[in-house]
Amino acid sequence: MQSGKIVVENLYKVFGAQPQEAIDLLKQGWSKDKILAEKGAVIGVSDVSFSVEEGEIFVLMGLSGSGKSTLIRLINRLVEPSAGNVYIDGQNVAKLPKKQLIDLRRRDMSMVFQSFALMPSRTVLDNAAFGLEVAGKGRKEREKRAMEVLKQVGLDTFAHKYPHELSGGMQQRVGLARALAVDPSMIIMDEAFSALDPLKRREMQDVLLELQKTHRRTIIFVSHDIEEAMRIGTRIGIMEGGKLIQVGTPQELVDNPANDYVRNFFDTVDTNRYLTAGQLKADSVPLFVHNGKAPDAHTVSQALQALDKHYAFIVDENHRFYGSISLEKIALLVEGGQTIGLDQALLKQISPVPEDMPLDQVIGRLVDNEGPIPVVDGKGIYCGAISKGRLLTRMQGE
Amino acid sequence: MSDKKLDLGSWVNDVVQHLLDNYSGGFDSIGSVVSGFSEGIESVLMLPPAWLLIAIFVGLGLWRIGARFAAFTAVSFILIVLTGFWEQTVVTLGLTFSATLISLMLGIPLGIWAATSERVATIIRPILDFMQTMPAFVYLIPAAMLFGLGRVPGIIATVIFAMPPAVRLTNLGIRQVNKEIIEAGQSFGCNSRQLLFKVQLPNAMPSIMAGVNQTIMMALSMVIIASMVGAGGLGNDVLASIQRLDIGLGFESGMAVVLLAIILDRITESFGTKQTEKRGSLISWVSAKFQSQ
Repeated sequence: MQSGKIVVENLYKVFGAQPQEAIDLLKQGWSKDKILAEKGAVIGVSDVSFSVEEGEIFVLMGLSGSGKSTLIRLINRLVEPSAGNVYIDGQNVAKLPKKQLIDLRRRDMSMVFQSFALMPSRTVLDNAAFGLEVAGKGRKEREKRAMEVLKQVGLDTFAHKYPHELSGGMQQRVGLARALAVDPSMIIMDEAFSALDPLKRREMQDVLLELQKTHRRTIIFVSHDIEEAMRIGTRIGIMEGGKLIQVGTPQELVDNPANDYVRNFFDTVDTNRYLTAGQLKADSVPLFVHNGKAPDAHTVSQALQALDKHYAFIVDENHRFYGSISLEKIALLVEGGQTIGLDQALLKQISPVPEDMPLDQVIGRLVDNEGPIPVVDGKGIYCGAISKGRLLTRMQGE
Repeated sequence: MSDKKLDLGSWVNDVVQHLLDNYSGGFDSIGSVVSGFSEGIESVLMLPPAWLLIAIFVGLGLWRIGARFAAFTAVSFILIVLTGFWEQTVVTLGLTFSATLISLMLGIPLGIWAATSERVATIIRPILDFMQTMPAFVYLIPAAMLFGLGRVPGIIATVIFAMPPAVRLTNLGIRQVNKEIIEAGQSFGCNSRQLLFKVQLPNAMPSIMAGVNQTIMMALSMVIIASMVGAGGLGNDVLASIQRLDIGLGFESGMAVVLLAIILDRITESFGTKQTEKRGSLISWVSAKFQSQ
């Protein structure tokens, strides 16, 4: 058995009178369509195995009808598996007696729905407290906890409103609060943000990522939006026709798609958007070391002219970024007959960007600043530069 | 009549006769329960003076619907008092309430049962069709034979006629609850009892209340007909007007029925539709009760 928070092993779901017969036929190599035509059984999920690590956001992607919604419902057993095992913390949910299953659902897992699935006759607070109420917690205790989670999703001031008085995005915040209230170690999210407009969707993704920063939970997230998957997914699993065809990090899937179906998903997205400063940087700017004393202006000026470059970076002895300088600025100093040190000519406003800065912010920096911008690693060590020309070349594809 | 090939009617006669011969004790006790129940309700309605009862209805109209409807209610009741039909109206109201309450006490649980079991739903459906479409007068004959004349057979016949919408709309309401809401209930660990009381019933309330409204309206129309077996109330006057061809009496008593029907309809309807708009409505109260169980 593989290890992981959630381990799914050879899981099948067949909708029909004779599931075992259909599974045997599948194993003999019958196609899904043939089984439907000859046996009248619909294959929902076919021989799926994967594992989800503690604390990761695992995104299941696929076209509608690919079985992703069925698959997650097999995990919390809203749908009974036809065959196979689902281990959560080593416990086989697929074989769990009903009473223990209910106990597990109350204690350690929750779910967020595409249509929000809030109860219209309950207030926001009572909706958020629903799971605790079902688990038999007293009114005081559950309302206190519900209020805490509503605060986390920014809705504490709406606690006494009814769901229909809230916008879609706010309703889904309630759905999220309801899922968080029971403090589960795992949450299943079924197209949770798909019903929201793109702006609200992004906003909710940010809310989710923010929540993950303070308290990491294991999340299985179903989506048909590849951009969403790339944005929030630690790993992505791609489903087609009830089968899980590839699992990997977003970058792995972009780089090595298993087949055309997977490749097509990424065709529609501009994968450049997921580039970071670290991937964009190049060694294109001359470096001068400032060892307690600034390098000589004339030397720098001559070196730049010889290299046909307009900018240079200064780093200290430890290779930390010190400053940026332009040929024009030096020329001005020299022309004015001033012989002051290079320190005075530094372009002050340029500050280094971290390697993991996303593309859109890098572009912002480039627009705001004159010349290339320096990139530093986690320890502040200079590791490359991004110029406007460099950015355009990289985005066009090398 | 005796030249019929298949004499279903005589079999039914035999069945009723058989029931009468062997189980009259059982029917008598059912009869006394129903009689006691409806007398209780009627005496409660008779207790306050006319103006107070009218004020209560006007107040309900004002709370649930608005000033214009409250004014309509006041004018209607004053009209009924002035034409001299107040007492009969209260009797009719009492009969309607008794029959409605009994219908709901039987119908709503039956509807819940039908919603949870496909087999029950299949069995119940033709029975409900039968109950609803068999001409209402026909119930009166066996009812009168089994329970004697008076209020009891009237109420029993009314219950049979008025119960189907309560069953149907409870069943429908529960079945129509959004699938994801049911899944939400299950995924947070509801057992089947919690699912019923915390998820299915509260979300089916608008439909159930529509059933309650329908049941009241059908009960009102039936208690008028039930005057043929001596149930009393406004129906007596309607019946008398037919027997005497007294158009004036027919109009006056008929108008009292219509006004009563409009008032009951609007008020009960408001409890079904304004669920989420008005706080403190009956539904949130009822579902709060369910939820706190």
